[in-house]
Amino acid sequence: MTAYQRATLHGWLLLLPAMVFLALFTHWPAVASIIESFYSTPRTRRPSRFVGLDNYEGMIADPIFWRALTNNLWFAIGTIPLSIGLAILMAVWVNDRIKGQSLVRMAFFTPTILPMIAVANIWLFFFTPQYGLIEQVIGMFGGSATNWLGSKDTALYAVIVVAIWKEAGFFMIFYLAALQGISPSLGEAAAIEGASRWYYFRRVLFPLLMPTTLFVLINAMINAFRMVDHIVVMTRGGPDNATTLLLFYIYQVGFSFWDTAYAATLTCVLLAILAIMALLQYGWLEQRTHYR
Amino acid sequence: MDRREFLAGTAALAGMAAASPAAAQAAEVSFFYPVAVGGPITKLIDSYAVDFEKENPGIKVRPIYAGTYQETIVKALTAHKSGTPPVTSVLLSTDMFTLIDEDAIVPFDEFITTDADRAWLRGFFPAFMENSQTGGKTWGIPFQRSTVVQYWNKDLFREAGLDPEKPPQTWAELVEFGLKLTKRDASGATTQWGVQIPSSGFPYWLFQGLSTQAGAILANPAGNRTDFTNASVVEALQYWIDLAQKHRVHPTGIVEWGTTPRDFFERKVAMMWTTTGNLTNVRTNAKFPFGVAMLPAGKRRGSPTGGGNFYISKKATRAQQEAAFRFIRWITTPERAAQWGIDTGYVAVSPASYETAAMKAYAAEFPPALVARDQLPHAVAEFSTHENQRVTKAFNDGLQAAILGSKPAAQAMAEAQAEAERILRPYR
Repeated sequence: MTAYQRATLHGWLLLLPAMVFLALFTHWPAVASIIESFYSTPRTRRPSRFVGLDNYEGMIADPIFWRALTNNLWFAIGTIPLSIGLAILMAVWVNDRIKGQSLVRMAFFTPTILPMIAVANIWLFFFTPQYGLIEQVIGMFGGSATNWLGSKDTALYAVIVVAIWKEAGFFMIFYLAALQGISPSLGEAAAIEGASRWYYFRRVLFPLLMPTTLFVLINAMINAFRMVDHIVVMTRGGPDNATTLLLFYIYQVGFSFWDTAYAATLTCVLLAILAIMALLQYGWLEQRTHYR
Repeated sequence: MDRREFLAGTAALAGMAAASPAAAQAAEVSFFYPVAVGGPITKLIDSYAVDFEKENPGIKVRPIYAGTYQETIVKALTAHKSGTPPVTSVLLSTDMFTLIDEDAIVPFDEFITTDADRAWLRGFFPAFMENSQTGGKTWGIPFQRSTVVQYWNKDLFREAGLDPEKPPQTWAELVEFGLKLTKRDASGATTQWGVQIPSSGFPYWLFQGLSTQAGAILANPAGNRTDFTNASVVEALQYWIDLAQKHRVHPTGIVEWGTTPRDFFERKVAMMWTTTGNLTNVRTNAKFPFGVAMLPAGKRRGSPTGGGNFYISKKATRAQQEAAFRFIRWITTPERAAQWGIDTGYVAVSPASYETAAMKAYAAEFPPALVARDQLPHAVAEFSTHENQRVTKAFNDGLQAAILGSKPAAQAMAEAQAEAERILRPYR
């Protein structure tokens, strides 16, 4: 065996444990879901059989699926830009030398540490009509009462707000790390040249943060389709499916209705969406991202 | 006798023949249970298991806390599908059809052999057995059961000029009292509501109070037909909507189940409908005198039952099933059912448990504990069908759509009925 072959063998052996677990817990379930989506749900008296595209036809005819998909789209549009924007703002702010810097950093990061279930329970009471925190603040300014979680028009926005609150602090950490890696001499040079702070941010800082933004964006997108814990606590998809997100619906179909084949079909859609997004981001955005 | 019954029969004979040696070998009974109310449930269950083992040295009971009801059935059914389910579990009484369809449970009838066993089975409140029996067989044994009752704030009644000892007895009185109890400030914003009936998550359960009072039964005992388009159902739904829209004594939109008790403690609402399971919670947290009453009557009185039953797994060995049966029989005796009710706020499952000394002493000290029992003769089975959660979701969606005003009551119910028909047709 040549040295090269030995090195190759070593390499593969080192990769093997991780590969096994990745294949077992990630790749195989994905493939199994795709296969299962072409079969009917096994019942006691009717074993599973091949049904072709029946599950997909059922899905296209299912109004709740479309509802969940549009809700999820709005959820993504609502959470991603806002949480990233907030994260940059907070990061730039706490990166400056200010008094009580570590306290502010900790405060911004706290929502991330809290378990989502606890967060959702706290927000449930923030959103309570009449005496909830939000109602009291609005009441002070003479606003009228709103049943935030109990109305079809506001429930989705209410759960979006919670998601932003939870995520922004997490993304802030990445931006903060990136900002600390940017040489202060750039800022000094810009100041000597007479660039405004906004110009400096737009032309120097933001482009240099692009790799971080790409990373955060991917995470934010995945999270937009993955975060459902607070839905379970706050609305259970209601009122009248106003806050049903795709993953929550998959859970419901899979573990409340026990319609595993249809749940697999829905999972395939989720997989496809995530795969397309990942391809777009790595293929297109990465070309426009400047790495040092 | 079909093949399955024959096999069960022979197995029973074999089981009896082998009963004594099997018991000597110590059958292990794994037992999944959920926690759905406050209080030291885990500790109580563990202590029951220890007490039972002391009296029955041949049997080991291993209680496993499995989360909420929903999580518990997910775990139990997943374990069933993988071949090693818990021998017995406490799951929602409404999951009976689902468990039968999954072929996951055995009926209790094959274990009930002596006259004492039969007397024990007859001892439960009939209202609880409605959700435990179908097709002439008993599939579940009532354990942690509840029902919907009305709580009212006596202080607010007095302020409104009402008799603080008289809760509303009829639908008309509920509106009349509600009007007096609803307060608005100068700008027209409501500062205190008359009544709250929660509609988040599982509106069908609270609604079943109203629909029963209107004289409707939502599902047939075989669990394969629903009756959402019944005029009484639409009437009940319209009454609920009118409380908010027409009489304005009830908040508009969806009322959150979880925060309703807090609304009551904060005096933001004078009357609330919620489970008897909240009794201990209200008793601890209400800083004012409160009362507990039966729900008001429409054409009749009515409330659904709720809560969990014991089930025995089909895939357990015969010896394990027998041991589980003995444990269930032991834990539901009147004395223990009474103690369980006192400790948790659940309704004790048999009339005999209300005759025990412990329960009598408790009721003398805290009379509201008896309201749930007194309402039981008017109670009906909690809504349950085949593919229960799917049918229930269609129903819940329809109820919420009507409450939110996005569909008229009759149309929402017609759509829910059409969906339920589609799902249930294969089960007829």
